[in-house]
Amino acid sequence: MRGSVAIAGVGLAGCGEAPGWTEMEIAAAAAKNALGDAGLSARDVDGIVVASTNIFMSGLALAEHLGVHPKFTESTMVGGSSFVGHLIPAALALNAGLCDTILVAYGSSQRTGVGRAEAGKYKMALDPQPFEHPYKPFNPPTSYALAAARHMHQYGTTRAQLAEIAVAARQWAQLNPEAFAREPLTVEDVLGSRMVSDPLTVRDCCLVTDGGGAYVLTRAERAKDFPKPPAYLLGVGAAHWHRQISSMPDLTVTAATESGQRAFEMAGLGPQDVDVVELYDAFTINTLLFLEDLGFCGKGEGGAFVSGGRIAPGGELPVNTNGGGLSCVHPGMYGIFLLVEAVRQLRGEGGARQVKDAAVALAHGNGGVLSSQITALLGTKDTL
Amino acid sequence: MSPPSGPEKRFFDALAAGRFEIQQCAACAKHVFYPRVLCPHCGSGELGWVAASGRGTVYSTTVVRRKPGDGGDYNVCLVDLAEGVRMMSRVAGVAPQDVTIGMAVKARIAEGLVEFTPA
Repeated sequence: MRGSVAIAGVGLAGCGEAPGWTEMEIAAAAAKNALGDAGLSARDVDGIVVASTNIFMSGLALAEHLGVHPKFTESTMVGGSSFVGHLIPAALALNAGLCDTILVAYGSSQRTGVGRAEAGKYKMALDPQPFEHPYKPFNPPTSYALAAARHMHQYGTTRAQLAEIAVAARQWAQLNPEAFAREPLTVEDVLGSRMVSDPLTVRDCCLVTDGGGAYVLTRAERAKDFPKPPAYLLGVGAAHWHRQISSMPDLTVTAATESGQRAFEMAGLGPQDVDVVELYDAFTINTLLFLEDLGFCGKGEGGAFVSGGRIAPGGELPVNTNGGGLSCVHPGMYGIFLLVEAVRQLRGEGGARQVKDAAVALAHGNGGVLSSQITALLGTKDTL
Repeated sequence: MSPPSGPEKRFFDALAAGRFEIQQCAACAKHVFYPRVLCPHCGSGELGWVAASGRGTVYSTTVVRRKPGDGGDYNVCLVDLAEGVRMMSRVAGVAPQDVTIGMAVKARIAEGLVEFTPA
């Protein structure tokens, strides 16, 4: 699979607030931008890949909306990690010759959409989770708070260290004109913010925004004919060990240990080879756990690792260069935005936040409550 | 003959009758929670029911913040039972922020649910 497929176009739409737009319209607008970026139109698409928290049979819905009669449709839903995970079946389909041009898209109106509280009640009724819901976890924050509390207990990690992650994300966002939250943020601000589920304050939690993203995946030999430099898939791996937090074997170790190892093995690379890191930061504890589990630092060392601005602009390791889910955009599921930012960095399109000479990017998706873990490594043509 | 209900209903029926019971695998002897059809450790379908000891240790804990008018803050925790299984629950009889990791707790049944109090 290594080097066999590439992302030829990326696009965003409706990030921040998009009142009056439906989820499918936002996904379609992002698709238009990604296709335009690749010099294509919807007429050229013969593979449709999508996931949605709300839209039933989303693959059918997106194809219908775009007027595409796909040869390949895929809508695996493993939470926010889905769009990183979609690289796997999409690459297999392209390599098998089932189709030639795959569009992966997502859209959400989580911030301004109407009827969400009501929908939440229906979802709870359809999927009661009787061994958790009766205790009223305020999810997802409560599940991540339980992981953070355990990490703090076991390794001495502090709230201030978690806060550094939020501050670093904000500093990157301040370099990104498309980011939603750009006002200054300090460690003290984070620590003094409203507590949601101890030890996580509202500033340890991701944004709730609208927004959509899309990418176009093709076989590598074809990708080089498109207008923008392709971002080649070097490695990808997926793993999950639980759905509910009460079934997670060890709250300080995620399945990213396994997904990361698989992705690095496929790519023939290690953490030391990665120039830019995009991690699914639904909460500050995510960034810390994934840095440990993907091998950027040892288990239990994440708190010290993120201190002193190491992952902030100008630091040793650029992490979440768009501002992440904490400060750029987080419309329900963030996975697709990891890949959009990784591709932009590899193309040198990052503007003020561009990581110099970025050749290898890691995008790590998380879904559920530290449940689904999917790691992808992308690279420029020099890394093939 | 098939059992009269699935394991989830079996668990809550016992709880409603005042019994906190969990599954134990006849093949590998490991305990299982939440109730399942197949043993998640060895794949066996031979899951029987045993009375839970009710003895546990808090594995992790959080205070969910809620406005006083809506009922105020409350505890949500994960408890490791002596049998080696983990469950989500709450510790009652103590302020939510006073529940600590490592705290020894014992189970009781309240409002059709398993909750814990300090041991």
